[in-house]
Amino acid sequence: MVYLTRKIEFSAAHLYHNPAFSPEENRRIFGKCNNPNGHGHNYVLEVTVGGETDPATGMVIDLNELKQIMEDEVMRRMDHRFLNYEVPELAGQIPTCENIAAVIWRLLEPKIHHGKLARVRLWENPELYVDCYGEDGAR
Amino acid sequence: MRVELTRRYSFAASHRLHSLQLSDEENLRIYGKCNNPYGHGHNYFIEVTLSGPVEPSTGMIADLGELDQFVAREVIEPFDHTYLNKDVPAFRERVPTTENLCIEIFDRLKAFPGARLVRIRLEETGRNSFEYTGQSDRSLR
Repeated sequence: MVYLTRKIEFSAAHLYHNPAFSPEENRRIFGKCNNPNGHGHNYVLEVTVGGETDPATGMVIDLNELKQIMEDEVMRRMDHRFLNYEVPELAGQIPTCENIAAVIWRLLEPKIHHGKLARVRLWENPELYVDCYGEDGAR
Repeated sequence: MRVELTRRYSFAASHRLHSLQLSDEENLRIYGKCNNPYGHGHNYFIEVTLSGPVEPSTGMIADLGELDQFVAREVIEPFDHTYLNKDVPAFRERVPTTENLCIEIFDRLKAFPGARLVRIRLEETGRNSFEYTGQSDRSLR
């Protein structure tokens, strides 16, 4: 088994607010992230595909194919967007790094037909990232 | 959906690699420059990885503010700007290699109440890093 990782960067805005909480609870739990006007990050996404190397091409998955999938599923949906309002897959969820990574896993997993999606790593900033391993979660 | 969250922290400290179980010659041969009697220092970077269910009402595995406070109290405050060999009791008799430091940090942080600690990754320099998941044979220490 060989793992291949491709990295992209996208910029997006979000805010954390749960309508079930009072304004005070929202501020206490989410702090600065509760600013109603939102704020943004340069997210860095690392997508890892695992599989056997095809002897004819020497590849697990054609990088151009993976690039196109990441472009179609992630960049077009999320880059330069306000995640709360413009990404329907996140509707009703707090757009934390945890939830965004899980959404990205669900978008990418059915599109990858060479090799298998092994990990989605989403960096919100250089001090914080989340890894998602899907429902099976085996590593 | 298995999700893990990783947060990075840093601290600066000095240490000297010198084992009480080895002769002075052996210490010098094994640890080289790191055996310098006056010690030397590093900017360490810690990656703390937590796992657990994503709480639907907050979208989070753990409250980052609580994690920051816990890590500050248990690791950053006692280690930052110290000489590990003398200022941290755990290293008065144990060599403060980054392996041992990684294990010590894991042991201090595993009590974090907000989520399950799955891994500590510790960078000693940009070229050396160590990982500990709490599964090694502790009798080997």
